Amino acid sequence: MVFVDSYPKTSKLVRSEFIVAFVALGIGALFGVVQALHRTGVFRGFVSSADYYTILTGHGVLLALVFTTFFIAGLFAWAVSNSLERELPHRIAWSAFWIMLTGTVLAAVSIIGGLVGAPSILGHDLKADVLFTFYTPLKAHPAFYIGAALIIVGSWIAGLAYFKALWEWRSENPGERIPLQTFMVLTTMLMWYISTIGVAVEVVAFLIPWSLGLIQNVDPLLTRTLFWYFGHPVVYFWLMPAYLVWYTILPKLAGGRLFSDPLARVVFVAFLLLSTPVGFHHQYTDPGIPSGYKFIAMTNTMFLLLPSLLTAFTVVASVEHGARQRGAKGYLSWLRNLPWGKPAFAGCMLAGLMFAAGGFSGMINAGMNINYLIHNTIWVPGHFHLTVGTAFALTAMAISYWLVPQITGKKLQQRTIATLQPYVWFVGMALMSNAMHRAGLAGIPRRTAEPTYDEFAFEGVAGTVGEMRIQIAIGGFLLFVGAAMFLIVMADTLLARRGGTLSVNSNIPEPLSGADHSPRILDNYKLWTAIALLLIVIAYGPPLASMVADGLFAPGSPPIPV
Amino acid sequence: MQVHRFEKVWLGAAILLIVGFIATIAYGSVGVGVGMVDDSGGQISAQAVQNGNTGTQFDDPGVVKTGDDQYTVYVVARQFQFVPGTGDTPIRVPAGANVTFRVTSADVTHGFSVVETNINTMVIPGQVSEVSARFNEPGTYGLVCHEYCGAAHHTMGGSVEVVPPEEYDMQQENIDQSAADAQAQEEADQ
Repeated sequence: MVFVDSYPKTSKLVRSEFIVAFVALGIGALFGVVQALHRTGVFRGFVSSADYYTILTGHGVLLALVFTTFFIAGLFAWAVSNSLERELPHRIAWSAFWIMLTGTVLAAVSIIGGLVGAPSILGHDLKADVLFTFYTPLKAHPAFYIGAALIIVGSWIAGLAYFKALWEWRSENPGERIPLQTFMVLTTMLMWYISTIGVAVEVVAFLIPWSLGLIQNVDPLLTRTLFWYFGHPVVYFWLMPAYLVWYTILPKLAGGRLFSDPLARVVFVAFLLLSTPVGFHHQYTDPGIPSGYKFIAMTNTMFLLLPSLLTAFTVVASVEHGARQRGAKGYLSWLRNLPWGKPAFAGCMLAGLMFAAGGFSGMINAGMNINYLIHNTIWVPGHFHLTVGTAFALTAMAISYWLVPQITGKKLQQRTIATLQPYVWFVGMALMSNAMHRAGLAGIPRRTAEPTYDEFAFEGVAGTVGEMRIQIAIGGFLLFVGAAMFLIVMADTLLARRGGTLSVNSNIPEPLSGADHSPRILDNYKLWTAIALLLIVIAYGPPLASMVADGLFAPGSPPIPV
Repeated sequence: MQVHRFEKVWLGAAILLIVGFIATIAYGSVGVGVGMVDDSGGQISAQAVQNGNTGTQFDDPGVVKTGDDQYTVYVVARQFQFVPGTGDTPIRVPAGANVTFRVTSADVTHGFSVVETNINTMVIPGQVSEVSARFNEPGTYGLVCHEYCGAAHHTMGGSVEVVPPEEYDMQQENIDQSAADAQAQEEADQ
């Protein structure tokens, strides 16, 4: 049975989530290539350098918040429905969708307002050039903050639908282990609930009333600390869905099955425990925070490498097992017996490979003192374009080639373009990211329209500044082409007619070492949530207490319009 | 729970790597003495910095000699310049001296980074960032605001001029001398 025929209601929901995600991807990618050409000086005719920051805000919000959250909502809806073998509670899930969409429209309109002369709406200039991190006291239009809050609230409600599905399933299947895909979804959502508290408090308690003029001042250090309480776990909110794909679908695409169900559960529990009490590693160079708290965050961050290192082993072992099922021999030659011509497989593998490189540059970022060399240089976007920009984004695109036919019943169209697309993305990202990392070592800052100064000139490290610019421009252009290729395939597939038999299905083979081998305590969400909260109290309790001890709004800053 | 032998080896190696990272960072902090930016700079009112009435050296930012080979540099970051630092007012310090930068913001969040050195801190309204350093090599170092601070953020840069100590003392004496001369002249005029 095709998924769309078994679960038509959930399929319609997944399609809607994906369409919003793909539209955001298209606009975000367009903004991306504009930036790549502008900041490298190759072509500055699209926008002025002042409007560059509007484009940059749009790129960050549309890709890191809208594309990710909607795609994940769709993927999770499929995963829960598929593994619990039931339709998702559709009223809750649809209300989540509409709330998130309303938030997206509010945020997008307030950003785009900056490109069309910032008309005054409700007494405030309609613009939001505050970037993805919206550090105070730069102030955006209130609609921007309200939109961001609605996207988060919507994602919380989407999570309720998954839990409700579990409770319904539980009453019919007492005593059974939670299926792996649902386990992964729910663990991710628990992590998400805990970590979004930070940004929700920041936006709802401080930024919305402050931007409306209801309170005079906010404390810039406190608000950015609340942001980063959320700002690191959000990367695991992007990554864990990619892991869900790599653990449960990729081994099947390789022709095999997952190596170990118990270790997959251990990895997800480790993320639930350690994703949040690490946010201070984004604030290593912040004044006003004692270095002891930074040290605690650093150790937690380093231990957070463990689940990813375990994942590297399990995923490679599972894929190798798949290759050997296909008759492969030898230590490395099994790599040849893999379906590199299938875009879903090739995309996931290339995403995983780039994630390994991104992991290594992340280890540098996490290194409290060596971080001085690269903090807020272009090294940092070089790093996260490998993680969220490839490990997540390329996995999402790759698995769409496999999943969209199943939620539509339509065969994948434009197969040649689809087959080439992951490789185009990979080459584009390899060019752009390596040059960004090296430019960061030379001290070139991120988030700037024109990285050249009157007072001095940058000198290249391992290459020249000019050569790095060219690589960033070509790489950025290829990434735009890669996104466009993906969207052409998706548009053609979604608009195609149903017909013929699909070559893919949603059956997930049993792992080599199944759930029966994993201790039941792994499914004890109450225990893990309690430990996660305890770790957060240890890491965040004392510093937050000292920040609010001198008054919630002090030392205060009034809003400064962008 | 069954764990494959290879996986156990991998797990052991991964933990070793993590402990190794933590050890090198701890050594960098304690052994080599790479200190972290922390709360030692204290707090300050951003509005008072903006109005120039903090009652501190930030009202007249610049380089202050605090002892033999000891200098403190007060810098105010504001949209879109460092005072001093930007344009034809570079921060001038002697090579080999112990220099403490005290940086704060008059308006929004900025960054303060001296290119290709460990001097790299956020500048957050209400807080004073304190960073100590020693420049061994004379020369001109780039100064960058590395946090987005508004529409002309990309113009916010500057430089640090590190001069040989003999030259620095001589120039400083000349400046002091000419200031004294000017004052004497002024007094004579009256």
